[in-house]
Amino acid sequence: MSARHSTGRRAGLHLAGLLALALSIAVAITIGPAALSVGDVARVVGEHLGFGEAGVSRIKDGIVWELRLPRTLLAAVCGAGLAICGAIMQSLLRNPLADPFVLGISSGASTGAVLVMILGLGAGAISLSAGAFAGALLAFGLVVVLAAGVGGGTDRILLAGVAGTQLFSALTSFIVTSSADAEQTRGVLFWLLGSLAGAGWDQVALCGAVTLLGLAVCLLCAPALDAFAFGQDAAAALGVPVAWVRGLLLVVTALLTAALVSAAGAIGFVGLVLPHAARLLTGPGHRVLLPATALIGAIFLVWVDTAARTLLDPQELPVGVMTALIGVPAFAAILYRRRAVA
Amino acid sequence: MTVHAREVSWSAGGRLIVDAVTLEVAPGSTLGLLGPNGSGKSSLLRLLAGLRRPSGGAVLLDEHDLRDLRRRHVARRLALVEQHAGTELDLCVLDIVRLGRIPHRRAWTPDRPEDDRAVAAAIASTDLQDKLAQSWSTLSGGERQRVQIARALAQEPRELLLDEPTNHLDIHHQLDLLSLVAALPVTTVVALHDLNLAAMFCDQLVVLAAGRVVAAGTPAAVLTPELIQRVYGVRAVVTADPETGAVAVRFLAHRSPPRSPIP
Repeated sequence: MSARHSTGRRAGLHLAGLLALALSIAVAITIGPAALSVGDVARVVGEHLGFGEAGVSRIKDGIVWELRLPRTLLAAVCGAGLAICGAIMQSLLRNPLADPFVLGISSGASTGAVLVMILGLGAGAISLSAGAFAGALLAFGLVVVLAAGVGGGTDRILLAGVAGTQLFSALTSFIVTSSADAEQTRGVLFWLLGSLAGAGWDQVALCGAVTLLGLAVCLLCAPALDAFAFGQDAAAALGVPVAWVRGLLLVVTALLTAALVSAAGAIGFVGLVLPHAARLLTGPGHRVLLPATALIGAIFLVWVDTAARTLLDPQELPVGVMTALIGVPAFAAILYRRRAVA
Repeated sequence: MTVHAREVSWSAGGRLIVDAVTLEVAPGSTLGLLGPNGSGKSSLLRLLAGLRRPSGGAVLLDEHDLRDLRRRHVARRLALVEQHAGTELDLCVLDIVRLGRIPHRRAWTPDRPEDDRAVAAAIASTDLQDKLAQSWSTLSGGERQRVQIARALAQEPRELLLDEPTNHLDIHHQLDLLSLVAALPVTTVVALHDLNLAAMFCDQLVVLAAGRVVAAGTPAAVLTPELIQRVYGVRAVVTADPETGAVAVRFLAHRSPPRSPIP
């Protein structure tokens, strides 16, 4: 909707973002203990896509195709998905500090996934995601009920989110320490801090599909999201079926958060900070903002995860630690700007 | 035909806020909604806009019950300017005026020429040409109201509802804004506090007290010292201009503790 961008500039912006993302992924894959070139990466990908012999060693092929490529792609997908969730929640709740992590949805998803894992319900990525989805919805419901109970203001929902985050983090730790073996206990760090270390192609496929679907639904709702700028009544007066759109988008963000958390744990601050960066670039119109947010989120998490796995080599930092180290100062900057406006 | 409230009631939290109000506006005219704080003016406007569902009676648009019409359809006919519009987003004037085209557009169609025409016309009639790129957060109160009216006009409504649009404006901007509203070729319902402004700019007045209509008619017929005493608990002298017949209200200071207005 933004008036500041013609259709041409809009397309150019998105194309440049896509190129930057592709380049980021290709370069990020070459970084690490095993020496690789962008050419190696291109040849391996080419071979697996059926464009003839690559002529690179089996080890290099394995490193690219089995380890670094799925991990980097999962980083891109998670970054995109979490950033979209943040942008949607900020618009729907009219609160610049809303995101799935701050509102406790990521924590709820972690708890759900851990419960499924430890109780051994079902098997594989799908049941883990189902557990995470149930946890995400439960956490979101709890936060909404709590916020409505104390007066329903937009700032109240953040306080309710803080309470929800603490509760579900405690529950996750409780479940793990009370009923898990030592191996699983170490795994709790994964759910609380987030990590892309265990990335595989099935997770890339699941999260990629859910993220693309989520982005498509959100884009269809882009004019409605614009209409929320002056609140729910203003949106309704502009012909938006408010309850329906809100319900749909909140379920979509919960589903998206759940899929991403079940694959990568609770990674914070991506959804909180990056939509603001995107808004600075594109303005507030959602038709331009949402794809830009997804691209910036993807590029951001690709590089942050690359840093997380190489900075302390051979030790690996949880990616959530890295995003928090970058995100907290950015969070403070947003609060400061808000104060300056108010 | 136009918007028409038939015996509309609405309650919130177990309290009856709007009590069997019937209200009809002549097409193209300006109707002023008067009444003390809490008399139900804002709630009635929300009912007329279809943002609240009546607990009794009905709001009709062209003889169709508003409840049976799609929200988008209503938004193409009828626009609302709220009393307190605010946003956290960094929107510029043009962004906001273009919001008015949302009910006319489909999600994935690019802007059509008629969208641009409607936006340009709305901007021209509110005299905002020089402020298009200005950010909402830097606008004055009067400018914000004009931007919201421009957004409402971009909806190309036949009915315009305004909730105390002159609140917090100085007298110059109050007169400016109401002249603009009265000159618009749409049917207008405007909630107002200032009796003199209501007398100047409205064709018809409806006075609410405790959710009920206590008087309705032309300004000269409605604004009597007796009514002002009864509804607002204030003594006033009402004079009519011998030439134009326009009424003016002059308030008198309280001599004794004011009698509380009718409940």
